[in-house]
Amino acid sequence: MPTALKHFADTYLMWNEGYLIWISDALIVLTVIGIVGALTYLKKWRWLWDNWLTTVDHKKIGIMYLIAALLMFFRGGVDALLLRTQLAQPGEHFLDAEHYDQIFTTHGTIMILFMAMPFLFALFNIVVPLQIGARDVAFPYLNAISFWLFFFGAMLFNLSFVFGGSPDAGWTSYPPLTELGFDPGPGENYYLLGVQISGIGSIATGINFIATILKMRAPGMKLMRMPLFTWSTLGSCLIIIFAFPALSVSLALLMLDRVVGTHFFTMMHGGNPMMFINLFWVWGHPEVYIVVLPAFGVYSEVVATFTRKRIFGYSSMVASLMLITVISYFVWAHHFFTMGAGADVNTFFAVASMAVGIPTGVKVFNWLFTMFRGRIRVTLPMLWTLGFIPNFAIGGATGVMLAAAPGDYQYHNSYFLIAHFHQMLIGGVVNGMLAGMYYWWPKMFGFRLNERLGKWAFWIFNIGFYICFLPQYALGFEGMQRRMYTYPTDMGWGSLNFVSTIGAYLMGVGFLFIVWQVLYSLFHMERDTTGDPWDARTLEWSLPSPVPHYNFAVIPTITERDVWWAAKQRGTTDLLTPSAEDIQAIHMPKNSGRPFLMGFAFFVAGFGFVFNWYILAVIGLAGVALCMILRALEDQDEYVIPVEEVRETESALGRL
Amino acid sequence: MSALQHAITAHADADTPLEYQNPHESVKITGFWIFMATDMLLFGCLFATYLVLRTHTDGGPTAHHLFDIPGFTAETFILLTSSFTGGLSTLAMRLGKRKQVMAWLTLTILLGLAFIGLEVQEFAADVAIGATMQRSAFLSAFFTLVGTHGSHVSIGIVWMVLTFIQIARRGLNQKTARKLFIVNLYWHFLDVVWVFIFTIVYLSGVVM
Amino acid sequence: MSTVQTGGTHKSHSPKIYILGYLLSLVLTAISFVLALTHSMHVGPLIVLLTILGALQIFVQLFFFMHITEGDGPPFHSVLLLLGLIFTFAVALMSVWIMAFGTNVSY
Repeated sequence: MPTALKHFADTYLMWNEGYLIWISDALIVLTVIGIVGALTYLKKWRWLWDNWLTTVDHKKIGIMYLIAALLMFFRGGVDALLLRTQLAQPGEHFLDAEHYDQIFTTHGTIMILFMAMPFLFALFNIVVPLQIGARDVAFPYLNAISFWLFFFGAMLFNLSFVFGGSPDAGWTSYPPLTELGFDPGPGENYYLLGVQISGIGSIATGINFIATILKMRAPGMKLMRMPLFTWSTLGSCLIIIFAFPALSVSLALLMLDRVVGTHFFTMMHGGNPMMFINLFWVWGHPEVYIVVLPAFGVYSEVVATFTRKRIFGYSSMVASLMLITVISYFVWAHHFFTMGAGADVNTFFAVASMAVGIPTGVKVFNWLFTMFRGRIRVTLPMLWTLGFIPNFAIGGATGVMLAAAPGDYQYHNSYFLIAHFHQMLIGGVVNGMLAGMYYWWPKMFGFRLNERLGKWAFWIFNIGFYICFLPQYALGFEGMQRRMYTYPTDMGWGSLNFVSTIGAYLMGVGFLFIVWQVLYSLFHMERDTTGDPWDARTLEWSLPSPVPHYNFAVIPTITERDVWWAAKQRGTTDLLTPSAEDIQAIHMPKNSGRPFLMGFAFFVAGFGFVFNWYILAVIGLAGVALCMILRALEDQDEYVIPVEEVRETESALGRL
Repeated sequence: MSALQHAITAHADADTPLEYQNPHESVKITGFWIFMATDMLLFGCLFATYLVLRTHTDGGPTAHHLFDIPGFTAETFILLTSSFTGGLSTLAMRLGKRKQVMAWLTLTILLGLAFIGLEVQEFAADVAIGATMQRSAFLSAFFTLVGTHGSHVSIGIVWMVLTFIQIARRGLNQKTARKLFIVNLYWHFLDVVWVFIFTIVYLSGVVM
Repeated sequence: MSTVQTGGTHKSHSPKIYILGYLLSLVLTAISFVLALTHSMHVGPLIVLLTILGALQIFVQLFFFMHITEGDGPPFHSVLLLLGLIFTFAVALMSVWIMAFGTNVSY
């Protein structure tokens, strides 16, 4: 028996791999004991189930996305620090090649799919229904399913770290390296299934928000009166529904290669690995715009609010958003110019890639013109927005360099590329998401975050960012390739790499300041009693903070763009707040435990497929089917909040 | 959901089809159109894979050798007819004739089953002569594309049965009418996908 | 935004439109099959013609069976569907174009 146990521990728990695993195991066990113990001691299980796990309220789902995104930001960030520690000096032995491969794979996958995506879904969920005057999203039940699919997909992916081994073929997971013959371990399966499951959730979110924005707007909220964040959500979701199927297909076909033994991407029997790369980037490039468009939306809201001016060129902002949405779909082959598809293909995709710069440039100038001669209030959201502009200028310029196909043959897969896309994804997306988090935090939780600690975080993180990534442009020119786990001394890359690592640690310190800021603000709360702490412009600020669960006691009628600002200027804010006689009973969707259980069933099925334990997989899939059938046969999924209850809630908030 | 409440009164028009009378329900029709737009892309990617790998037969069976003309002709006409009968069940729903709805739905389900039966038979015959998914990239792409359509049809059949049960139990109301309308949208959509499968896979395979 | 476009409602309450749609789809399919199975054309133009016939069938299903013109509010779903069709064809055709680099290699 002990030998069997040892075999199990070595094969699945990887206890033969050394102290890093033991420490992680211990930490995870302690965390789980801590969480379970705290919930039991405080008798909070019922509360957790009733208020969070079964909720279909878009605001709570948004908060859960936010928490998940921040936790994943931490995990992906620790991965990054491990990588930078290994690269700090030539010939380092902190990590071996295999561990290094696993860590850059999980870093990339987690940051883009399990950090950036939930972060923007958090903002979609919390903000969009409030901005357009809706009581919830179009399909609240589906929204809960989306969250739990994301959650369990992310759990499955993270489980690989302590059970069976992490994927190690890069976040792009190119075959033939990822085919069974070269990568037999369960790690790659974890990647394929974890990403697949959360990807289904993302498609559902895309459908949900398009329907919400198109069909759920308050009376008078015409398309061209919508706030720009809502417009950017629409653009982002359009790309989601048209791009994510390509990811699903490429992952599914690779899975078939590995499980069934087909030959889509193998080197034998006519398979063509480049087809995976083609399909992957049909999703992969639009994905970049999926995550950056909502950030653009945040900047538009923040700039207008904190300069107290109407956004410059609203129509051109909308037009450029929609143009980016369409053009982003026709640039994917620039990720594999070096495949050698020929001058015609490379020319087309090079020109299309550069063309995206035009609408993007329009947006940047519009933000600058909005700030021009405005009275800028340098608050935290504004600070992160201001930090974004130089970042994006440098990232955009290096992007055009990469888009030039002949030049790309030189930069391809070098640290120049690494520096470029981090400049876009951190400078563009992370700045935007953090600006959005700071901006809407009072709306979510009813208190503001401490500004002083936040400013420390901003400066340390941003200075760290430049120290980390500017040297990497130079390293790229000096010939350092991505994904190399170490390098010899005589390449002369040592000092720049060391500087870069210092920058990475500064960014880590910056993140810790954000954590400190949140904890500090929890204990020293600056309550927001007005509902409009920033003196802002759009409809969500007409509601109290935090927002009651039915959002609007009476659905307001919208008469113009920036309706709340206009009402404040004219002194007619009472038109946007409810009056007692107008309040009617409100229909709301019932909570349901099924989305959670369905996500769990997906997790079980995915786990079964990872280890080719088909009985488990079939049980999981049967659970999924059962959840869907029960939902199909369900008749009543709504309840009514009586008028008196709405009146009481509103009077308690001082709004009647 | 209930943000649409205000719009309900505007819909109390006898001419409005049942499935559009309640905005809580009709928003789901919009949602389903959006889903079809994504599902289209899913098939688009599978078609792309098939088109790229079509000639990669690795010396094994080619499209020309493999495709059984009477078989896919029968499949085609059965599915086209089922799309028609599905449409007639929508029509019967709009006329408020529950029995007819159930009759047409039953016929559609049976035609769907016949289609799946023929497809399974075709796949089994292919496998029997060694044309398996694992034989070549062409066959991997063929079985995956056609099989994905087939599994969509199978899901459609289960879904139609569930809709049938609800209409039998609860009659025709705004909710069941919407459900029937959507399942038929799905069925017509699968018919369109099949049109492209018989054009791009079968007929092109036979002539090339 | 909440007016229902009932233009097609009366027509769609009669079986005529369904029968017409069915006949059209049968005829289009029959033309495809006859053209392909009698080898009456060169392969290149034939494939183009078959694809056009298939595209026509999309419209038959959309207009005769799926009632795409109906709906409450502006026809957003038609716009989305059109965008989806463009992207679908773009992915399929451009993938073939991009991946054509390997066609001179024999497998």
